[in-house]
Amino acid sequence: MSAASGSSGVGAEQREEEVPFRILPALSDRNRHFWQGGRDGELRFQKCNGCGYFLHPPSVICPKCWSKDIGIAAVSGRAEVLTFSVNVQNWMPGLEPPFVLAIVGLVEQDDLRLTTNIVNIDPYEVTIGMPVQVVFEPHPDDEVWIPLFEPITEG
Amino acid sequence: MSEATDLIGERRAVISGVGQSDIGRRLFRDPLELTIDACLAAIEDAGLTTADIDGLSTYPGASGPLGFSGGGITDVHDALRLEVNWFTGGIEYPGQLGAVVNACFAVAAGLCKHVLVWRSVFEGSAQGKGGRAAVMPGAGSTTTSFKASGFMEWLLPFSVPSAATWIAMYAQRHFHEYGTTREQLGQIAVNARKNAALNPKAIYTDPMSLDDYLAARMISTPLCLYDCDVPCDGGTAFIVSRADTAADLRRPPIQVEALATALHGRPSWDQYHDLTSMPAQDAGKELWKRTDLKPTDVDVAEMYDGFSFITVAWLEGMGFCKKGEAGPFLEGGQRIALDGELPLNTNGGQLSGGRLHGFGFLHEACVQLWGEAGDRQVPNNPEVGVACAGGGPMAGTLLLTNSR
Repeated sequence: MSAASGSSGVGAEQREEEVPFRILPALSDRNRHFWQGGRDGELRFQKCNGCGYFLHPPSVICPKCWSKDIGIAAVSGRAEVLTFSVNVQNWMPGLEPPFVLAIVGLVEQDDLRLTTNIVNIDPYEVTIGMPVQVVFEPHPDDEVWIPLFEPITEG
Repeated sequence: MSEATDLIGERRAVISGVGQSDIGRRLFRDPLELTIDACLAAIEDAGLTTADIDGLSTYPGASGPLGFSGGGITDVHDALRLEVNWFTGGIEYPGQLGAVVNACFAVAAGLCKHVLVWRSVFEGSAQGKGGRAAVMPGAGSTTTSFKASGFMEWLLPFSVPSAATWIAMYAQRHFHEYGTTREQLGQIAVNARKNAALNPKAIYTDPMSLDDYLAARMISTPLCLYDCDVPCDGGTAFIVSRADTAADLRRPPIQVEALATALHGRPSWDQYHDLTSMPAQDAGKELWKRTDLKPTDVDVAEMYDGFSFITVAWLEGMGFCKKGEAGPFLEGGQRIALDGELPLNTNGGQLSGGRLHGFGFLHEACVQLWGEAGDRQVPNNPEVGVACAGGGPMAGTLLLTNSR
């Protein structure tokens, strides 16, 4: 898996690079905010306008206050590795092991988490509890920006 | 027990017959033939005929990726020209044994007397020459226009195309929080191989030591090759009968003492709140509310091992050891051996016996309780057994007895 580009929007130079293989999500009105936030360098989730609770995966109602007034909000992109695995198996062409899959928890809310990859680090250096930040892998032709995470370096 | 006995409907259900087709790594047979072989064997085992079958239940129905189902309701109904009063087949069940659970409640409710329940697979052949990749649908090609949706939307784009990788993350967290080791986890695979050697239908029977296990190639840390079950071809079937039909049966049936199907968290592979356990703990908790029996009463345990860590979740979830203590419980392997305090996966499980996808566990539990397990028979006439199936956000368990 190649390292993701920075969190700034994708430019013409980056388009010329080879886009890494991904199985991409089917976009819908319910999920576009999540998969396209990276175009603006933002990790976005649904957020209840009634009580402020973040929802993920996206839904149509807040499970805390039952409000249907659901908005979209960017988070800091900072998270903690809750668990991970170094995938060694070569499942399919274009997906070169080893790579790290992980479940990360966003700092904004205890139960706001997602499955992702940890990049820009030796796979065998990843640890549970490691602080990470979002970095987007652009797939501009498909209008999808995949949110990956990399270690937060000091300073 | 907190439930009134008359609310424990499954007590009115028994398992009166079991059947299995040929089982092999890659049989290249018509999968419906395997299904029918298993069904007819179960009917005969119960001492019934097709004319007695008035209900049908299966998982996952006729749908799914190639190899995942060897025949749905309509296939079997028509092939055997049955006349049924009730039937259901589907996949949104509390684990594969959800099809058995449904059958128990259908007979308990008086809708039918003898339900034919089956699950058959031909994943071995499908992967061998059927064009199916070893991984999830859509994940087999770099040129596909396939887009991930449903629950896979949140997994596949991160290149996690197999449940091996999803389960590995649970195992990693368990190792981290509780100090569980590969040497401890490996006992599940080593024990399964030992038992498989005594099962004429098992796929992998060559001796395997803990050193062999530790030397195997990694799949997704901390899970290695031998932590993953083996795709195969084969069908398994049961007859679930109403308890008051016992006089019509060939031999005393297995009593369903209690069952449970709970899911007390988010129904998701990565959003379930407890990353060291699974809804196995929810099903386990509910099961023991429906019986006066205790985990210490169980003589034989058949618990899902699609990946070895799932068995850890069941061991703890069912209360055979405390949460976080499966590692020490498994240490050395003596407790889970055929002559141990909790004989586990006595037919070799799915790790060495073959991935019959949940139904093999219930089959083996019944065979053991009938005392018909041959060389792998658990000693001292086991009277209480459990069968548990499902990993990730699916869990179903049945507690069985032969003592009534």
